[in-house]
Amino acid sequence: MNDSILLDPTAETAPAQRARLARPDSLEGKVVGLLDISKPRGNVFLDRIEEQLAALGISVNRYSKPTFTRPAPTALKQQMAAEVDVLVEGLAD
Amino acid sequence: MTTPPPDGLIVVAKADCPTCRLVEPLLTELADAGPLQVYVQDDSDYAATLPGTRFDETLEHSWRLETEFVPTLIRMEQGREVSRTYGWDKAEWRAISGLSGLGEALPVMRPGCGSKTLEPGIAERLELAFGDVQLKSREIDVSAEDDAIEACYARGWSDGLPVVPPTPVRVLRMLKGTTRDPQEVVGLMPPDLVSCTVEKVAINAVMAGCKPEYMPVLLAALEASLEDDFGLHGLICTTMFGSPLIMVNGPITKAIGMNSGNNALGQGNRANATIGRALQLIIRNVGGGRPGEIDRAALGNPGKYTFCFAEAEDSEWLPLAQERGIAAGRSAVTVFPGEGVQGIIDQKSRDPESLARSMAESLRAVDNVKLAMAGDAVLVVSPEHARIFIEAGWSKQRLRETLEQLLMAPGEKLLVGAGGIAEGIPARFKDKQVPKFRPGGLLIVRAGGTAGLFSAIIAGWAASGPVGSSPVTREVIL
Repeated sequence: MNDSILLDPTAETAPAQRARLARPDSLEGKVVGLLDISKPRGNVFLDRIEEQLAALGISVNRYSKPTFTRPAPTALKQQMAAEVDVLVEGLAD
Repeated sequence: MTTPPPDGLIVVAKADCPTCRLVEPLLTELADAGPLQVYVQDDSDYAATLPGTRFDETLEHSWRLETEFVPTLIRMEQGREVSRTYGWDKAEWRAISGLSGLGEALPVMRPGCGSKTLEPGIAERLELAFGDVQLKSREIDVSAEDDAIEACYARGWSDGLPVVPPTPVRVLRMLKGTTRDPQEVVGLMPPDLVSCTVEKVAINAVMAGCKPEYMPVLLAALEASLEDDFGLHGLICTTMFGSPLIMVNGPITKAIGMNSGNNALGQGNRANATIGRALQLIIRNVGGGRPGEIDRAALGNPGKYTFCFAEAEDSEWLPLAQERGIAAGRSAVTVFPGEGVQGIIDQKSRDPESLARSMAESLRAVDNVKLAMAGDAVLVVSPEHARIFIEAGWSKQRLRETLEQLLMAPGEKLLVGAGGIAEGIPARFKDKQVPKFRPGGLLIVRAGGTAGLFSAIIAGWAASGPVGSSPVTREVIL
């Protein structure tokens, strides 16, 4: 049985593709997380972002994944979700 | 295929069917006598030398010819089928072909095999591909996601438990459980007040785990819930506990294997579990009644996953549906704005008077012992308790009337502030005898296992009656 097509059980008032969360209008009062995926020199990029955010008076938390080859551990994802409003991830070297 | 098959003979066959192989040598003779079309379902290596042979790889021709067996022999004249036989039947094949000496060396008769079109899972796929049925719901492609069940969670379609992914084939199979048109609108589904079609009901029934034969009960429960008296909109949106409880009576309960016995209010029976769940998923997905959004329940209750059971009907006690106007021998659902289950333990009463007093005292706790004529209640009487009444000659009606009398209370004890409790009824009831339940507000059903001197109270919404919700009974139409 082909399971890749599902029939929508809803009233279809929402778009078929889920929208991304809206970006905040401002970072004022927000906590920004910077996630280093542990690829070489990602920290250089994130260090610079941190400097710039800090200059704006925005608080920053730093995180890093144990390895870029796997998704972030669940505990790390939960920790970031609980501690920050916005997350910036450096994806590549 | 919008044009009819050509005139002449048609044979539908399978290469791996021994009877088809038996008649294979005869096909040359048929082809010499007139036009012959041979559709082979499983292989191109059958009657391959004949010009009219086609490998019916998609099974479209076999499906359109409504083939149930192979071989099937059909004669078409002027675009219409005039005769048909299946298997090998010498006399029939000779009559239809007009060849009086056909198959002289063959036995008189050999049964055939089943058509590939009827193999499990194939028929619905063929109907979706070639049939008239048109499913209108939006198709969501989840192929990029690794697990369809997770995709359903991600889209918010679940009550928290896994749902069965509603594929078109599964939905079509579910729709076989009803004769109603998939596009028929069952009603406007609150709280968003959007049209709920039979197709949307079937999709949510698939997700809940229903079997197709549950559809008539589910549709009746949904229609009962959508009646104005039931007040589903308010029930969904309330900060209080209630949610639709479905009680089912009549022969359908046995036909679909519902539980009215041991653990009737609990888990473990597919029909009970999935019919109640399907109604909740319709509320969530079609109506938009999601907790924390428009569903404002402060606490909710476990019955909001599913709450559905059958009455254990007893010849001595009138079943709930019949008390509410349904003819004997018919099936019906009654929806009730139920909260959770409160047990009544009475293992010592052996006469109806004692047991009725015991039940009445327990029923005072509905809503709050100091409230009256607010919430309705269902009293679920177990067989061991029911036997005490039945053996003493008490009908359900007599039990209800006795309970109503026992539950009359002096208003002064229930007033706001009385007993040092601020909650209570208004001061104008001070000098009155006050009934616990509004007229018609106490329903009695018999259910449960045969061991255990226990009954149960399922309290209703404190906004019962015309201000909020009244129970609604509706016949199940098969």
